[in-house]
Amino acid sequence: MLTYVLRRLLIAIPTLLLISLVIFFLVDLAPGSPASEIPLTVDAATRAKILESLGVNAPLHERYFLWLKQFFWIEPQYAIDHLFGTDLAQGAQRIISYSSRSPVFSIIAERLPQTLTVIGTAYAVAILIALPIGIYSAYRQYSWVDQLGTFVSMVGYSVPTFFTGVVLIVIFAVKLQWFPSIYDTTLKITDWGSLWAQVHQMILPVAVLGLYNAAEISRYTRSSMLENLGQDYVRTARAKGMGERVVVLKHVARNSMIPVVTIIALGLPGVFGGAIVTEQVFKINGIGAALIGAIHANDLPMVQTITFITAILIVTFNLIADILYGILDPRIRYD
Amino acid sequence: MPDGAQPVLQVRGLKTVFRTRAGEVHAVNDVSFHLRRGELLGVVGESGSGKSVTMMSLLRLLPAPPAEIRSGEVLLDGRDLLKISDAELREVRGGKVGFVFQDPMTSLNPVFTVGMQITEALRRHMGLDKAAAETRAVDLLELVGIPDARKRLGAYPHQFSGGMRQRVMIAIALSCDPDVLIADEPTTALDVTIQAQILELVKELRRKLGMAIIWITHDLGVIAGIADRVMVMYGGQVVEQAPVRELFANPQHPYTRALLQTIPKISGEREARLKVIEGQPPMLAAVPAACAFRDRCEFRHDRCDRENPLRRPVDGKTLGQGHDVACHWQAPAAARPQEVAHA
Repeated sequence: MLTYVLRRLLIAIPTLLLISLVIFFLVDLAPGSPASEIPLTVDAATRAKILESLGVNAPLHERYFLWLKQFFWIEPQYAIDHLFGTDLAQGAQRIISYSSRSPVFSIIAERLPQTLTVIGTAYAVAILIALPIGIYSAYRQYSWVDQLGTFVSMVGYSVPTFFTGVVLIVIFAVKLQWFPSIYDTTLKITDWGSLWAQVHQMILPVAVLGLYNAAEISRYTRSSMLENLGQDYVRTARAKGMGERVVVLKHVARNSMIPVVTIIALGLPGVFGGAIVTEQVFKINGIGAALIGAIHANDLPMVQTITFITAILIVTFNLIADILYGILDPRIRYD
Repeated sequence: MPDGAQPVLQVRGLKTVFRTRAGEVHAVNDVSFHLRRGELLGVVGESGSGKSVTMMSLLRLLPAPPAEIRSGEVLLDGRDLLKISDAELREVRGGKVGFVFQDPMTSLNPVFTVGMQITEALRRHMGLDKAAAETRAVDLLELVGIPDARKRLGAYPHQFSGGMRQRVMIAIALSCDPDVLIADEPTTALDVTIQAQILELVKELRRKLGMAIIWITHDLGVIAGIADRVMVMYGGQVVEQAPVRELFANPQHPYTRALLQTIPKISGEREARLKVIEGQPPMLAAVPAACAFRDRCEFRHDRCDRENPLRRPVDGKTLGQGHDVACHWQAPAAARPQEVAHA
């Protein structure tokens, strides 16, 4: 297993380098200039100086290698400095956003908590809802719970989040006025009242994203459970005198969870990627919103960095999913 | 085994139907039989004759729906297994009655160790703690002839060969000292040498432990080697039942006679074609009002189309005690096939 993980990590290096190359060059090809965000009142000489200071005039390959060095060498040093109060970076040049002129990673650090709170909660809620529904639906196939669950997950899976989001806002925020339609990122949790306010404003976005993710996970859980419930070993377990709870939750669920865990692990990068659409609909100031804003503003370093982080996460969680597969299924050996 | 021994299992009038979209399938029709203590009852019939469904009905192991046990009683030590609660039934399953299934490749749970799958039953039925259950599991694995048993407890099913897995299945079925072992074609999925080993193992275990065994198979050759008594099933019914020597020497039902002729013989003419029974087994879509075998029967006459034959004693003994057959046709003594004597 250890050799397998090491081998996979080594393979990940050229993979990620290739991805970084593609991302950097493709984004650089995009039309528009970083100068477009500078007000027109700024005169040409100053404009040229600003562009010079941003480093946009350097050749493409130079900018790429600088960015790569900053990403893998300088920014980690800043992170360590920040955490342990050391001074490894010694003021080296960080990746700077074209539009805000502040370090890209500082912006990400600011935005990440919003994304993790809302989207992460939605994902956790989705898993907690989806697993019991999927297991019960399969065990009582064609019962009314199963029919309802299957219908809701079909709807949840096929209707896009920007539509359910808007529908929920119209019904619960505009008509009924039960929930706010805009997520307030400045809210600080200091007491029970503000905690409640936070939970209150999270309900709609969590419901929208939770429905979508729960739909996907419960469908996988149900079909995986159904497949395993018909297996011979289930009959063996019953013939041994095991109770239904042990048969279903131990023997069948343990086998059914193998593909489901993989689906959950592969879905996690999406949490960090920030469910871009949902963040837009509910005006949540997270990573997704930062990415959309950066694209609009021709903020190339921001776009390149966020996209590349997402790519790293996808590669990482692919590896994690494969390792989990090996842990959960004793038939799979990686050595 | 002595004839007068008390039956440990008594089945009367068992009827099992499957409800499907196309209608009801009557898989088991009014099946009655008994099993004496320490006896080995062979159950023979081709695929779809209802032999597995009958045995699974005994422990209510069939998925319901679509399966439904419509009537009958299954008395184990005088207690009707079809009437007791689910909790009581679970005490019987794996406790009083052990079950070995056909395909050892799929009958064990792939994600749990063999040790866990044996000890699970032991802890459930015998109330053993983990250490005691593991000690007994080692004994059981040694009993069924798995070398290096202590080490093998931690192994997963995929690390065993088919024959070894079936030994593990037998160890599980025997783990709680059952009175009855039901083996549903336990050697069908195995190759011939392994099949012979498993047969020897069961014979030996029976000598050592003395439980009654129901052995389901479609292989009469296997039955000849191990059974005390044979029950032939066709179309969800028992068509003939007799002590093993009597059945082979004096088969009464045309189906049994045909089955005996399908056993390939090593001696004799090489050119002779393997005998087959022409036609297909019936679909069992309704309670038969006629003989289920009539379409494939060479002795068919009017009565076979009008009336489903009841079981009648052949040798004058009480029904079920000696040799009985469900057929309108009377086999003339002279018509006994001679070659079956050495089959």
